[in-house]
Amino acid sequence: MTSNIRYKSRIPVKTEDSMEEKQYVGFATLPNQVHRKSVKKGFDFTLMVAGESGMGKSTLVNSLFLTDLYKDRKLLNAEERINQTVEIIKHTVDIEEKGVKLKLTIVDTPGFGDAVNNNECWKPITDYIDQQFEQYFRDESGLNRKNIQDNRVHCCLYFIPPFGHGLRPVDVEFMKALHEKVNIIPLIAKADCLTPNEIKKLKDRVREEIDKFGIKVYQFPECDSDEDEEFKQLDKELKECTPFAVIGSNTVVEARGQRVRGRLYPWGIVEVENQSHCDFVKLRNMLIRSHMHDLKDVTCDVHYENYRAQCIQEMTSKLAQDNRMESPIPILPLSTPDVDTEKLIKMKDEELKRMQEMLNKMQQQMHDKDQ
Amino acid sequence: ISHGHGGSHSSSGGSTLLGYIGIDTIIEQMRKKTMKTGFDFNIMVVGPSGLGKSTLVNTLFKSQVSRKSAGWARDEKIPKTVEIKSVSHVIEEGGVKMKLTIVDTPGFGDQINNDNCWEPISKYINEQFEKFLKEEVNITRKKRIPDTRVHCCLYFIPPTGHCLRQLDVEFMRRLSHSVNIIPVIAKSDTMTIEERQEFKQRVRKELENNGIEFYPQKEFDDDMEDKSDNDKIRETMPFAVVGSDKEHQVNGKRVLGRKTAWGIIEVENPNHCEFAQLRDFLIRSHLQDLKEVTHNIHYETYRAKRLNDNGGLHPISSNDTQESNL
Repeated sequence: MTSNIRYKSRIPVKTEDSMEEKQYVGFATLPNQVHRKSVKKGFDFTLMVAGESGMGKSTLVNSLFLTDLYKDRKLLNAEERINQTVEIIKHTVDIEEKGVKLKLTIVDTPGFGDAVNNNECWKPITDYIDQQFEQYFRDESGLNRKNIQDNRVHCCLYFIPPFGHGLRPVDVEFMKALHEKVNIIPLIAKADCLTPNEIKKLKDRVREEIDKFGIKVYQFPECDSDEDEEFKQLDKELKECTPFAVIGSNTVVEARGQRVRGRLYPWGIVEVENQSHCDFVKLRNMLIRSHMHDLKDVTCDVHYENYRAQCIQEMTSKLAQDNRMESPIPILPLSTPDVDTEKLIKMKDEELKRMQEMLNKMQQQMHDKDQ
Repeated sequence: ISHGHGGSHSSSGGSTLLGYIGIDTIIEQMRKKTMKTGFDFNIMVVGPSGLGKSTLVNTLFKSQVSRKSAGWARDEKIPKTVEIKSVSHVIEEGGVKMKLTIVDTPGFGDQINNDNCWEPISKYINEQFEKFLKEEVNITRKKRIPDTRVHCCLYFIPPTGHCLRQLDVEFMRRLSHSVNIIPVIAKSDTMTIEERQEFKQRVRKELENNGIEFYPQKEFDDDMEDKSDNDKIRETMPFAVVGSDKEHQVNGKRVLGRKTAWGIIEVENPNHCEFAQLRDFLIRSHLQDLKEVTHNIHYETYRAKRLNDNGGLHPISSNDTQESNL
C-alpha cells in the first residue's frame, strides 16, 4: 500500500488560506475535473491469459480480481481434447470499488499448447488480437465515432510451466509472434512446486533466454527523476523480480490466525499474498495498482499505432497493384509518405469505396428486377 | 486450425469480493500521467475594441497573458479587416502545467460596414480543426497531437442596456455550431443591478428566439446531475463582468478593482459583478468539459462533414465549390 501513500502526497493541499491566495486562478483543479468524468464513465480493461491447460490460469485470475469467473466450467478429459482446437473465450465482469467502476474482460485461450501437434497454435490468438485492432481502426476511421467499443487486448499474461529448465520452443515462438501486438507479461506458473533456489535459477534462465531470442516483453516505464528513493528502490526490486513466480488459490485457509487465500499441504500452508512465498502481490500491484493505465497507453500508442500504420501501408500497396482502376494520377510507391501523397491515397480510397457501393446498388437493382 | 469464438459469459453486478483489489488507484495513475503531460487550453475573445477583452483575460488568469500585454500599444490603430492574433503562455499552478493560448480578434465589429466580419474567425476555427484532422489521418501519428482548436469563445456584448445588436445575433448564430460560445456582458459597471437583470433577461430571450445555443448547450447535458448544475448556470448567463488589473485597498485587504469617485468596484465581489462566477465556471468546474465538447462534438461534426465531402482532403478555400467526382 506504500504506492497509495506516495501518490496522496502529490495532491496539492488546499486550505482555506490558499484559496484566498492572490495568485490562485483555479486550474489546478483540472486533474480533478478529468477524473470526475472518468469515474462517471468507468474504465475498461482487457486481459488475456495464455498457456497450457492446468497451469493455474483461471485460479490466478480469480485470485487477482477476487471473483469466481469459472464457476460452471466443465473440464475436458484427454480424449475429448484430441480434437479440440484453440478457442477464444471472453468473460466480462463489472467490478466496483470505492466508487470506481471497472469493466474487466478476460480473454481465455483454452486449447493452446494442448494438442500433440502444436504448430502455429498461436495463430487464433494473433488473429483475435488483430481483429480487435481492425475493428477499432474501422470504428476510428468511420463517420460516427460516438460510442466506439474498445476491445483491444491491453495485456497478455503468459504462463511458463515451472517443470522445465527455461523456455520451451513453443514459449519462444508464442512470445515472438505476439510481442509486437500486445504487452506480454511472462509468469512462472505454480511456483509452489519449486524451492527458492530453483525459482531463482529458473528466473535467471528465462530472463537470459528472453534476451537471447530478442523477445520484447512489457517493460516497466522508467522512474521519474523526481520520485523519492523509496519508490525508486521498490521499482528496482520489481524489475529484478521478473518473470514473476506466482501461485493462485480459490480456497481460503486458516494461517497464522488469519483467513487467507492459500493452499493446504501436509508440510505447510502456502499463502498467496505472502511475499516470501511468491510474487503474487508484486504482480497484482503492478498489474492493477500502478501500471494498469500504462498498459492501456502502450497498447494504444505503440501496438495499435504499429498495426494501423501497417494496415494503411498494405492498403496503399494494394491500390498500386490494382491495375483495373484507371487512375489518372499515378500513385507512387511509398517509402515515407508526405502529406500530398497521403491526400491522394485518401481520395482514391474514398473513390474505391464509393464505386463499390454504386456497384452493389446496381447489382441489387438488377437482382430485384429479375425477381 | 479453426477457432471457435465462444460467447461471452457476463457475470455482472459485482462479484463476491473478499478484500481489496485496488482498482480505484487507476484514478491516481491517470492523474499522475495527465499532470506529467500537461494541458492545452485555447480561448478566443471576440468583441469590438474597448470592451475590456484583454483586461478581462488578464484578470481571469491572474497574469499578463493577453496580446496587449505582449508589448502592443493600447492605442494602436483599428485594423481594416478582422485579424486573428494568438499568443501563448505556459502557466503553472499546483503542479499542473497549462499551455494557455489567447486568440484575439482585433477589428471585429469596428468597421462602418461589418458585413461578414465573422468569416475570418470562422475560417480560423475550421483551420485548426483541419490541422488536427490532418494529424489524425497521418500514417505515423504523434503520441499527443498538438491541440490548437478553439475550446471556448468569449463573446463580449456591449452593455447598451437595450438588447442584442444585429451583429451579435449574426455572429452567435453562425458560430455556435462550430465553437462553444460563452457570451459575457462587458463593462457591466455601467449598469445598476436592476438594469443588469432586465438586460440579461432580454438577451436570454433574444438568444432563445434566434435559436442560439450558447455553452453549456442543453443537448449535451450528460445526466440529471449535469442538467441541474448547468440549468442553474444557464439561468445566470450571460455573466455581467468587470475586469481590472489594478489593486486597491478595501477594508484592510488588497483587492482587484476599479476606483471611482463614488466607490471602488471590486472585481471579485459577487455583490458587485459576476466575474467570480464566470471564473469558477470557466476554470474551476467546466474547463475540461469545454475541451471535451470541442473534441467530441464540434470537431466530430467538422470531421464528418469533411469525410462526406466527395472524399479526400482538399485544401480549405473560403469559396469551397465541391464538384462531384462521379
